[in-house]
Amino acid sequence: MKLPIYMDNHATTPMDPRVLEAMLPYLREDFGNAASRNHAFGWKAEAAVEEARKQVAALIGASDKEIVFTSGATESDNLAIKGVVEFYKEKGDHIITLKTEHKAVLDTCKRLERVRQERLDELKTLRLMQLTGAPVSRDELATLAIKHDLDNDAVYRQWAELPTGGARVTYLDVEKDGRVDLKKLEAAMTDKTILVSIMLANNEIGTVQPIAEIGRMCRARGILFHCDAVQGIGKVPFHVEEAQVDLVSISAHKMYGPKGVGALYVRRKPRVRIAPLIDGGGHERGMRSGTLNVASIVGFGHAAKIAREELVEEAARLTRLRERLRKGIVEQLDMVTVNGSQEHRLPGNLNISFAYVEGEALMMAIKDVAVSSGSACTSASLEPSYVLRACGVEEDMAHSSIRFGIGRFNTEEEVDFVIKLMVDKVNRLREMSPLYEMAKEGIDLKSIEWTAH
Amino acid sequence: MAYSDKVIDHYENPRNVGSLDKADPNVGTGLVGAPACGDVMRLQLKITDEGIIEDARFKTFGCGSAIASSSLVSEWVKGKTVDEALTISNKDVARELALPPVKIHCSVLAEDAIKAAIDDFKKKRDARRQQPA
Repeated sequence: MKLPIYMDNHATTPMDPRVLEAMLPYLREDFGNAASRNHAFGWKAEAAVEEARKQVAALIGASDKEIVFTSGATESDNLAIKGVVEFYKEKGDHIITLKTEHKAVLDTCKRLERVRQERLDELKTLRLMQLTGAPVSRDELATLAIKHDLDNDAVYRQWAELPTGGARVTYLDVEKDGRVDLKKLEAAMTDKTILVSIMLANNEIGTVQPIAEIGRMCRARGILFHCDAVQGIGKVPFHVEEAQVDLVSISAHKMYGPKGVGALYVRRKPRVRIAPLIDGGGHERGMRSGTLNVASIVGFGHAAKIAREELVEEAARLTRLRERLRKGIVEQLDMVTVNGSQEHRLPGNLNISFAYVEGEALMMAIKDVAVSSGSACTSASLEPSYVLRACGVEEDMAHSSIRFGIGRFNTEEEVDFVIKLMVDKVNRLREMSPLYEMAKEGIDLKSIEWTAH
Repeated sequence: MAYSDKVIDHYENPRNVGSLDKADPNVGTGLVGAPACGDVMRLQLKITDEGIIEDARFKTFGCGSAIASSSLVSEWVKGKTVDEALTISNKDVARELALPPVKIHCSVLAEDAIKAAIDDFKKKRDARRQQPA
C-alpha cells in the first residue's frame, strides 16, 4: 500500500491509465485542428472529436448533436444559466435553485441578481430625473424613490417590467438530508420562472436529488431544467429522457478523465436555445466558440465510455467500501454523525462529523490520507461549510466534519488503514479537547456563555 | 495551507496537555473561544502565593494553529511572574509560529487565555482574602 492515500475523489479524480493511452496520439502525431476541413490532419481530429461526442452522449442517453464541449463544468453552468436568461429574457426572469448548489451555480445567480439591480437603479434614476427635472445622484436614489413613491409609480412600474438581462433568484432551503422538498419547489414557481437549476448529487454530502420528479414538474409548467450533474455522472444512473432535463453540466476530471474539459447537454426536442458566452469562430454550433481541445475531448469520451460500461459494478464496489469505512468508524467512536441522506447517496461519499474535534486539526493528524474538511478553517473565510449549514447542521458540528470521497482506485486495504488512523487520531485529539472533557463530565455546552469572536 | 515547522512540531508534540485541579485555590482557569467559531482554548495556571507561575496545562479544540498557539504559551508562561506573563502578546505568538494572516486569530485567543486564567486566579485570591481564616 502506497502512502499518502487519495480519498478526495469529489475534488478531482486521477486519470484512468486507459484514458491517457487514448489521448496520447492526439498530443503527438494526430495534432490537427478539428476545424480544418481541407486536409487529413483536420479530418482525423474531427473524427476523433465526433467519436468522443457520441461516447459522452451515450453516457447520459442523449444524441451526439446535443453535446457542446466546454472547458469544464464551471463554464457549462455559466453557459446554461446566463445563456437561458439572455435568450428567454422576454419570457421571464425568475430562477429557482438550492442553497446547497455549487458556487459555479450560486455565484452565477448572484451576478445575474446584481445585473438586474443595476438596471433597475438606472431606470429609477431616469424616472426620478423626469419627475424632479434635475440630475439624481446615486446617494439620493433611495430617499427620492421613497419620496416619489416609485413603487407605486405607474410609469416606473411599466419600465421595471421590461427585460433587464438579469434575474430574480429564489434560493430554496433543503431538508435535513440535503434533499429538496418538491412542495416547496412547486410553491416557488411563478409565471415568470424560466429556469430551475438543481444538481444531481451534492459534492460535499453526496445527497442525490429526485431529478426525474423535478424534471416532470418543470416540463409540465414549461420551465427549463438545468442540472449540474458533475458529481453524479458515471456514479449513479442518469438518463436525460427519464429525468426530463433540458441542460446538463458535466466535467471530465470527476470521472477519471483529464482536467480542463467538460460538456453542456442542450436539448434538441423540445428545443432549448441559449445565448453563447464566448463569441468567435462559431464552433460547437455557435454555442461555444474556440478551437477544440482535441486530446482532452478524446480522453473525456474514453472516460465516459468506461464509466458507462463499468458503472453498475463500480457503484456496488464503492458502496461496499464506503459502508466498510462508515461501520468501522461508527462502531469504534462515539459521538459521530453521518451527514446527508443514507438512502439517496453517492456510492463513494461519506461525510461525517466528529463532535469536539476540529476538522482541519483532524486533517493535519491524518496527513497520510488526502480528504477534505467541511470546516473552512483552511480558507480565508473561516466560515463552516454552507452546505452543512443549509442542512441544519449546528455550527460546531459543521466545524468538525470530514468528507471522504472513495474512488475507482481505492482498495479495501486502504479503507482499513483509514479506519484505524481515524480512530487513533480522533481519540488523541479528543483527549486534547476541553469540549470532549466537559461533555463527558455531563456539562451542557449550550449552557456556557462563550466568548464569541 | 503550508504551516511552519514550529506549528507542526507543537501540533504533533503538544507541550503541557492536560488539566489541573480547578478547585485548587492556586489554580486559575481561562476558557476562551466558542464551539460555533471552531475554537475553544482552556488554559490552567498554577500560581504560587508570590505570583510565580509554576505550572501550566491546556486543552484546545481548534485547528493546528490554535493547538500550537496554546502549546507555545503554556511553555512560555512557566516560571514567569503573573505580571511578566501578562506582557505576552498575540504578536509574539504569531511571530514565533510564523502564522499565516488568516490564523492570527488563533494567537489572539492564546493571549486571551492567559489573561482569563490570571483573572480567574486573582478573583479566587481576592475572594480568599475577604474571608478571614
